[in-house]
Amino acid sequence: MNVFDRTERGLLSRWWWTVDRPMLAGLLLLSIYGVVMVFASSPPVALRLGFSSWHFVIRHALFLLPAALCLFGASLLSPRGVQRLAIGLFGVAFILLVMTEFAGYETHGATRWINLGGVAIQPGEFIKPALVVLTALLLARRPGLQNALPAILLSALVAGLLLLQPAVGMALMVVALLSAQLFLAGLPWLWVASLLGGGGVAVWQAYLWFPHVAQRFDRFLDPASGDSYQVGMALRAVASAAWFGSGPGEGRLKTMIPDAHSDFVFAVVAEEFGLVACLVLLGLFAFIILRGLQRTELVSDRFTMLAAAGLLIHFGLQAFINVSVNLSLLPATGVTLPFISYGGSALCALALGMGMFLALVRKRHGTAAPP
Amino acid sequence: MTGRVSSEVRLARPRLRLLSGVALLMFIGLGVRLADLTLLSAQAMVRERPRVGSEERRQRADIVDRQGRLLATDYPKTSVFADAQAVQDPAGTAAALAKVLPGLADDLAGQLASRKRFVWVKRHITDAQQRAVIRLGLPGIDFRTEMHRIYPQRELAAHIVGYVGVENQGLAGLERSFEQRLHGPGAADGPLRLTLDLGVQEIVRDELGHAVERFQARGGSGLVLEAGSGAILAAVSLPDFDPNRVHKLTDDQQFNRNTQGAYELGSLFKVLTAAMALDAGAVRITDGYDASQPIKIHRHEIGDFHAKERWLSVPEILAFSSNIGAAKMALAVGTEGQHDYFQRLGLLAKHPIPLPEVGAPIVPRTWRPINTVTAAYGHGIAVTPLQAADAVAASICGQPRPPAYVVAENPPAARPAAVSARTAEQLRWLMWLVVAEGTGSTAKVDGYQLGGKTGSADKVQGRGYGVNKLLVSFVAAVPVAAPRYVVLVTLDEPKGTAETNFMNQGGWTAAPTVGQIVSRMGPLLSLPPDDPATEQRLRRRLITGTAMNGRLHVNEPSFKVSPDIPWDDADGGRQGCACEACSSPG
Repeated sequence: MNVFDRTERGLLSRWWWTVDRPMLAGLLLLSIYGVVMVFASSPPVALRLGFSSWHFVIRHALFLLPAALCLFGASLLSPRGVQRLAIGLFGVAFILLVMTEFAGYETHGATRWINLGGVAIQPGEFIKPALVVLTALLLARRPGLQNALPAILLSALVAGLLLLQPAVGMALMVVALLSAQLFLAGLPWLWVASLLGGGGVAVWQAYLWFPHVAQRFDRFLDPASGDSYQVGMALRAVASAAWFGSGPGEGRLKTMIPDAHSDFVFAVVAEEFGLVACLVLLGLFAFIILRGLQRTELVSDRFTMLAAAGLLIHFGLQAFINVSVNLSLLPATGVTLPFISYGGSALCALALGMGMFLALVRKRHGTAAPP
Repeated sequence: MTGRVSSEVRLARPRLRLLSGVALLMFIGLGVRLADLTLLSAQAMVRERPRVGSEERRQRADIVDRQGRLLATDYPKTSVFADAQAVQDPAGTAAALAKVLPGLADDLAGQLASRKRFVWVKRHITDAQQRAVIRLGLPGIDFRTEMHRIYPQRELAAHIVGYVGVENQGLAGLERSFEQRLHGPGAADGPLRLTLDLGVQEIVRDELGHAVERFQARGGSGLVLEAGSGAILAAVSLPDFDPNRVHKLTDDQQFNRNTQGAYELGSLFKVLTAAMALDAGAVRITDGYDASQPIKIHRHEIGDFHAKERWLSVPEILAFSSNIGAAKMALAVGTEGQHDYFQRLGLLAKHPIPLPEVGAPIVPRTWRPINTVTAAYGHGIAVTPLQAADAVAASICGQPRPPAYVVAENPPAARPAAVSARTAEQLRWLMWLVVAEGTGSTAKVDGYQLGGKTGSADKVQGRGYGVNKLLVSFVAAVPVAAPRYVVLVTLDEPKGTAETNFMNQGGWTAAPTVGQIVSRMGPLLSLPPDDPATEQRLRRRLITGTAMNGRLHVNEPSFKVSPDIPWDDADGGRQGCACEACSSPG
């Protein structure tokens, strides 16, 4: 029995009947999964860093509340509201990103965080969903690829700022998202081929210019060439999993992975809960992405299609890259697992992104948003 | 959806579907990889897991003697620690541990209640104790294995090998000066091989220890060098210490007499004086000097301990150890010549042996005639036993030879010959005479022809010399006709015993010690016993019974060298010092 009457015209009622409820359920399941996993993975890390066992669990739970509000709030918006939110978010995130260059603090050899009134924020995480909506807006203003140049320039500016931190993984993500949007905007196949080639060149350049990227690649291609401690430990954790893992709290290798609660949470899931749980998780991600792309096919105007696809691909690529790293298919990148990894900025930013996505793909009866 | 959908959106739909397909394939790929890792590759992965606790790797290279016998090595030692946060019952845990581990800290229970992640319970337990602790099954108690430096030969070569600190860093001896080689990148080159022979080292330490005990000496030193190559076979300094236990070492124990102790060695220097004078042509071995009157220089008067009050031949100067004779020989060479000769022997600078504990010699700042006179019989100049052994070896070998060294890897470059082969041969004969007929006769041993020289010097005490406080010494070359080894022993303040007629000079104390060392080490080093013909050849040169230019007391011995036998080929072609390392190619 439904709480809301179909004929009711209130905001919440309209939302309930138009929002993609299976997808919402998928995201909710993912969040619950994430809490359980932070329970499993973070206590050893917290103890090692001198906090109490449940430090990260409590913080993750605290972050879930604003994240849920972000998701829900953003999903209430109209396409025009999404545009406004994205522009505002982009402005704020851009300023913070520039400030990070001067006032940020360094962790793991990169300046990615800035302290705002006691809360550490990673502006790079927030600017990606906002940028995706903005480029969609730019591309949709004129037919075909006539407005591609401003979109490319804007993305290049953001990618450049991210490279300064340096956050090569995020910059590559920005390039990948723009490429996907250009592809959907009708990029000729010849260009698609050359862009794929260009992507290869970009990775190669990153290898040449950024020592830590080069190291990670070398270690990935030849584990004997250097210290690939985390990746190696993660691989051993996954390999020890079998069908059902060691059981909750029984993982041992997880205590030896420094970033077990963030980048390598998937390896902990594997060690403690086994192959079945991992496949369920992968299935959940795949469901959200495929369901989302299917919904995107149904939208009627160009901006909505480009923005929704960009937001969804962002979410999907994050998941794919993170799991690939955990399975030693890609070198370590610093990309987190959406809704599962510990990390307030990434969680809220992704919640905002998925909220905007839900808002864009809500059922509208042929009413195209004005461009 | 209606016809208002723009054509561009419609065109994008196949591409969206393509993206869906790609995404599906990507996630299926991840699933396959996951299944492969967890179910198929798992066995291979688990097999290549490195052992936890890989801190058991070697940390320092071994130190071995010339035959590869261990002097210093790394050995794992286990320690117990507690993760106080995992300890459930601090008081009970402490009580249970105390039952199997003796000597725990009194406040262990308090430390176990401190919630610290790491608390040492006990360092360095035995395997049996570890098993006992494991059987207790206490939560939060764990073990850590660390490499520790151990010295299986204990005191035997302590001053040469040295020791390490708590963090396994070299603090003394070769452990310190070869830190880079032992601990740094050079550690990969394998053990550090020394020239020492543990067998000889043991003999020297044993005999020196007996002598120190018998004569109630404050200490002593013993050195065995390969005369020709300079390789040190044994270097003992007493008192010594056990490098495994270095918490409470006295300065006396740590002092390496062979390299740090600068001593006036007394009459031992007469060998060098004779070599210098004969080589410079200032005197011939057939010559002699009037030793009936003491020498007076400025306010000083130089007399003889074994005064003969007559003319003495050069052989008699050595055999009776005449200060007057030695002084006159040195004066014949001159102050400058003596300074140059000592410089060539390396007596005026620190010995180049690569130990941290090397002392500089004490030499006269300005070299005046009085210094020449006193230095001629080993006073007013203090050198280390190692320098003295080197100088004697150089003077009796008459061939290029490197200074004494102890690390086999990099022998030092040879120094040019200090004296001619002819002078060296005359010196060997003179040293033979000292043992055969003179003050060193107590060093005689069956089977080996020794040549030697005694030394007994009053020890400097305050601003003057002490009363009957002697630093006695004896240096020997064996076999004397073509020396393979030079042995030098010093004893610090020996006291005479009934056996020695309460005499404490070098001839009574140090010389018999050297004799004992030679008689034991000869067979160990496969030194063939001497041919009686060699003794006869040496003795043929000796003329007894006719003194030089003076009245001879009844039954008083007198020695001269026969002028009829030429020197250069008298030994049947054997010349210089045997040196296996020098002659063998490579």
